[in-house]
Amino acid sequence: MTIPQLSIFIENRSGTLIKVLDALKEAKIQIIASTIADTAEYGIYRLICSEPLRAQEELKKAGVAVALSEVFAIEIDDQPGRAAEAVKVFSEAGISITYMYSFLLRGKGILVFRTDNTELARKAIAEYNLRYISEEDLASWS
Amino acid sequence: MSSNYFNPEVETMSREQIEALQLERLQKTVRHCMNNEFYRKKFAEAGITPDDIKTLADVRKLPFTTKQDLRETYPFGMSCVPMKDCVRLHSSSGTTGNPTVILHTKKDLDEWANQVARNLWMVGLRPDDVFQNSSGYGMFTGGLGFQYGAEKLGMLTVPAAAGNSLRQIKFIRDFGTTAIHAVPSYVTRLYEVMKEQGVDPRRDTKLKVLAIGAEPHSEEQRKRIEDMMGVKAYNSFGMSEMCGPGVGFECPEQNGMHFWEDYYIVEIVNPETLEPVPDGEIGELVLTTLCREAMPLLRYRTRDLTRVLGRTCPCGRNHVRVDRMKGRSDDMMVLRGVNIFPIQIEKILMQFSELANNYLITLTTDEENDNMTVEVELAQATDDFKQLQTLEKEIRRRLKDEILLTPIVKLVPLGSLPVSEGKAVRVVDKRKVYQ
Repeated sequence: MTIPQLSIFIENRSGTLIKVLDALKEAKIQIIASTIADTAEYGIYRLICSEPLRAQEELKKAGVAVALSEVFAIEIDDQPGRAAEAVKVFSEAGISITYMYSFLLRGKGILVFRTDNTELARKAIAEYNLRYISEEDLASWS
Repeated sequence: MSSNYFNPEVETMSREQIEALQLERLQKTVRHCMNNEFYRKKFAEAGITPDDIKTLADVRKLPFTTKQDLRETYPFGMSCVPMKDCVRLHSSSGTTGNPTVILHTKKDLDEWANQVARNLWMVGLRPDDVFQNSSGYGMFTGGLGFQYGAEKLGMLTVPAAAGNSLRQIKFIRDFGTTAIHAVPSYVTRLYEVMKEQGVDPRRDTKLKVLAIGAEPHSEEQRKRIEDMMGVKAYNSFGMSEMCGPGVGFECPEQNGMHFWEDYYIVEIVNPETLEPVPDGEIGELVLTTLCREAMPLLRYRTRDLTRVLGRTCPCGRNHVRVDRMKGRSDDMMVLRGVNIFPIQIEKILMQFSELANNYLITLTTDEENDNMTVEVELAQATDDFKQLQTLEKEIRRRLKDEILLTPIVKLVPLGSLPVSEGKAVRVVDKRKVYQ
């Protein structure tokens, strides 16, 4: 029900992002979605890519520390109001969303997010029959 | 006691008189050292006996002593008197190995107080002055050292100790404080709080003298302090190995610190070759005590870099004038009066499995305060900001326990810190204190 996401610690300084992107380019790994969350001093670069495990290995070789974490990726129709409906499922179940980002893929909206309670979130997704993306889907898109 | 001098006779001696007194006291000191096993061994290794000291230049025949010697003989191995004759000890925190211990007899303490009193008298303080010592007490020699010296001079003393600026300001105003001793960064802090409280040191206090020391500061910083407080600020040199403050102090000329040559032999040597350097040239300060009973130290390597400015002075004192400290010949940092070695920081950082081996310590001056920033590479990534904040906080806390100051901690990605050719650069000092 979850997919692996790469989290990379980066400094707020020019040139730090390119090191990561170059390593992925060299390894021919496709980035599907990415986002940077920043504070005054540093940021966390989060990304979803075609081969997360290989990406982690390649980045490690390039001297970049990577954390793999499991995030939910819910698929919604590309129409107004669908994101609100999906998020409501979680808020009504008392689940907090820690962070979220979204992108469009083949005409569908994808919400990638992490919650403060993975178990409850799983139950909610199953109960409301929400469509989600699996690890296999990532590979097939590359 | 209306003289300009606290010890008129010794303070105004000619160079010949000073050197004659030094030779006599050096011979006595070297003989006294023979009471101690450590020195007997050292002399034997160097193939010398007290009889070999025939001229003042013969001091160079003596072996150097170092902080390492003090550590290895910890705690009482370098004492030259029976323990029953010792009345006090001061000890370093010993965070980089064994602590060092300096023992004092009653006479040692009295001589120490005399040096401090001489200094304070030199800059115009008299028994009707009120002296507030805003320096840490306890093992830190700036506390008791100035306390006993100021009392010996006969001033009313206010042992305010460090911190609590509001209370300090109240004391200054209520007790009519005319002189303060503090580390330079604390004087700046005090001024900031005065400003916040609407207190103008020129208008609302009777201050006339500041004694500043125990942390390196530039001429520029001294001038800023003088402008802020509206009084003269005099540079003080001391180190616990030599008793503490008192060793050297500026006279009203403010052109170098007079090092009291009736108490010390001052040498400046090349830290590599250990050969003497000519006056005016920068080298390592080496001091030999001439009056100490409990723990005389022969040719002690201070690791401070400085130079001799001159041996005469318009103030009438012919005791050598030594420039403010220009740096260190080891990697010790002095921040807000605290001595810190990079290895102490390293030791703490290496306790965290989340951290990589590379780190960089940067010392800066922001708005008059000295700060330390520790940048360290993160070995493991995380998806959680909270984890990073908790980690930073924990590093800060453990560093504070170790170095007694709270540094700014910055986590940086792996491989982002500069690694120089060969040896890694660990410390960048941007304070411009060593000018």
